[in-house]
Amino acid sequence: MNNSSSIVLSENQWYEIDKIIKDTGNDQHRLIPMLEKIQNYLGYIPVCVQEKISKKTGIPEAEIYGVVSFYSYFTMEPRARHRVQVCLGTACYVKGGKEIADRIKTLYNVEAGQSTTDGRFTYEEARCFGTCGLAPVIVVDGEVYGKVKVEDIEQILGQYK
Amino acid sequence: MIVNKISDLESIKNKTLEMTKLDSVKKTARITVHMGTCGIASGAKDVLNSLKNKLKDEHIKNIEIKTTGCIGICSKEPLITVERFGEEPIIYEYVNVEKLNEIYDSHIKKGNVIAKYALARGKEVELEERVDNNGHIESQKIVDSSIKGIEEIPFFRKQKRIVMRNRGAIDPYKITDYISRDGYMAAYKAVTELDSQKIIEEVLDSGLRGRGGAGFPTGLKWKFASKADSKEKYIICNADEGDPGAFMDRSVLESDPHSIIEGMIIAAKAVGATKGFIYCRAEYPLAVEILNKALSQARAYGILGKNIFDSNFDLDIEVYEGAGAFVCGEETALIHSIEGKRGNPRLKIPYPAQKGVFSKPTVINNVETLANISPIILNGSDWFRQIGSEKSKGTKVFSITGDINNVGCVEIPIGTSIKTVLDDIADGTQQGSTIKAVQLGGPSGGCLPANYFDTQLDYEPLQELGVIMGSGGMIAINDKKSAVDIARFFMNFCADESCGKCLPGREGTRQMLNILNKICDGKGNKEDVAKLEDLAQVVKKTALCGLGKTAPNPILSTLKYFKNEYEEAVKE
Ligand SMILES: Cc1cc2nc3c(=O)[nH]c(=O)nc-3n(C[C@H](O)[C@H](O)[C@H](O)COP(=O)(O)O)c2cc1C
Ligand code: SF4
Ligand code: FES
Ligand code: FES
Repeated sequence: MNNSSSIVLSENQWYEIDKIIKDTGNDQHRLIPMLEKIQNYLGYIPVCVQEKISKKTGIPEAEIYGVVSFYSYFTMEPRARHRVQVCLGTACYVKGGKEIADRIKTLYNVEAGQSTTDGRFTYEEARCFGTCGLAPVIVVDGEVYGKVKVEDIEQILGQYK
Repeated sequence: MIVNKISDLESIKNKTLEMTKLDSVKKTARITVHMGTCGIASGAKDVLNSLKNKLKDEHIKNIEIKTTGCIGICSKEPLITVERFGEEPIIYEYVNVEKLNEIYDSHIKKGNVIAKYALARGKEVELEERVDNNGHIESQKIVDSSIKGIEEIPFFRKQKRIVMRNRGAIDPYKITDYISRDGYMAAYKAVTELDSQKIIEEVLDSGLRGRGGAGFPTGLKWKFASKADSKEKYIICNADEGDPGAFMDRSVLESDPHSIIEGMIIAAKAVGATKGFIYCRAEYPLAVEILNKALSQARAYGILGKNIFDSNFDLDIEVYEGAGAFVCGEETALIHSIEGKRGNPRLKIPYPAQKGVFSKPTVINNVETLANISPIILNGSDWFRQIGSEKSKGTKVFSITGDINNVGCVEIPIGTSIKTVLDDIADGTQQGSTIKAVQLGGPSGGCLPANYFDTQLDYEPLQELGVIMGSGGMIAINDKKSAVDIARFFMNFCADESCGKCLPGREGTRQMLNILNKICDGKGNKEDVAKLEDLAQVVKKTALCGLGKTAPNPILSTLKYFKNEYEEAVKE
């Protein structure tokens, strides 16, 4: 676990975050879109950012924390350079998604939700990207790879340094 | 331009139709690249880019490039359709850059079709016309009769398109394309000519039932909401599609976003809502992009916003991106999520129709449900009632995956047998294996064995057998896979996705998963199977929301039909 309070964001990052908060306003119903924007920008939502949102919007910190921890889209951990997601939805599972997941885990010595120590990959297990027709599917930085074979993994991930 | 009168819509329609006509001078050919998420993932973008570069390099102006959403047959992507003036269109399958180059040099330039790359002759939107005319459209010259006509291919022939009426035919980024296929004519009629009661009656009479899973009559839901007394009301399109293995809603959103918007306008008019949300999962970035674009175009045409069609009716719609929680597809959880809170479900009463988003009356409808609305308003309830089964009218879209040859999105009249879908539309399984079961309805559904494949795909007949139609995920499982493992898979999913609010949902799913893990690891005994069954019954009865209530279904159905596999797994 990363101790979020030790995370230091740059002035520039705070500036952007402030801007997102300001642009979205302090309406509770905008909280999730706001968090989505911040995560898209920063890659994660550390506690210090949650505190900031609370201060600026008046939404209680506990409420924000509750939302961040509830939705799988949000993470409080910084992500590595590349995000690798293996689909373990039904269609992919039936077509061998699990073998692919196992292969990645051993190849890069990671567990679901973790990043490699060299900061190259964050590995996640996901539920259905809706491209089940191409099962099994992996998604790297938003790029969908379909009909993946276990032996293709190294070649696919090798492109991401 | 602002659309105020029906003649405005008609003139856009006519102009667009005129402009898309091929003639021998200005436009000699058109190449359509089908670009759903599946197509893109299979390489459609490379095909499109290289095509664009080619036309640019060769300074060619009289060949049009068009993009549309998918045509439903994911396993044959990337697909392109080539049309030359006066000739029959040809659909090519598994296209890549090399094949495109060959097709370009031979077919597009010289008119020599490459039969070995072709999937079919003709376009899906012309299918009915082709059937009526023995597989040939008068004005189109047949260029290579060795290729099958689209009406000869069971995958297309056995489908019935209402929800998917525009797939492959329109560019989702162009509102004018939608209008050229009679888009927004129903909304115009509903907003300017019909009152709330008349719309609700039409939808009630049509017999349309909600396609999000529960099968509740859509007209009735609208009626309740229309009676609720409030100035502010909401209409929500549930585009969360959290069921793993289901992608029919994505396919509709990506290929025909305006059909959803139009359905929402009509729904809003019926219940008196002035504000709408499309709750779309963030895992569908292309759908979100296309929806946002479609909404801004509709606003620019005055089809959304204030005083729509000059009738004093206001409605605006925005896309709300879900943040990845299966339970948020459940109505009450979705409501909380839109309010910016954790997506915890609550008890259903009061119903959202009385007290929904921000405590205002709210109608929540599934994507597919909404896509059915404008054809019903335009063609009338009698027309709709002629399609489907005795008790359930219309069609149902299924996403068919697993161990079958044709994987994709298919729309069939309700009441079609499972066998027809598996053997004809899906073209069966690979040689050397047989399909032993289908899993229907996602994690809340059930597994049905092969000796029941004559069963009609319809709410009641399926329910009697302990499975459900659900939202339309259909996964074929061959004889090499274990039913117990499939049950474990779904339990794992439900345990993971439980929000944790109630004990049966939180602990019950966990316990069932533990037992299933034990059995699958070969460490289970007979008592475990009995315990599993008991537990499943308890959770089914006591869970707070639909997720927990239905989570035991995969277990109960596999216990019912594949007990032998459990017994085999716990044999000492
Ligand atoms: C756990 C759970 C998940 C659900 N997920 C979805 C979903 O992703 N999409 C959907 O339309 N309905 C989903 N539903 C059903 C909705 O709660 C609701 O019944 C439906 O959206 C109503 O629309 P309809 O009447 O048009 O079917 C889900 C229900 C439950 C219990
Ligand atoms: S069954 Fe209970 S724990 Fe599970 S999702 Fe529903 S409310 Fe949450
Ligand atoms: S199950 Fe993997 S993409 Fe749908
Ligand atoms: S090709 Fe359209 S859903 Fe896959």
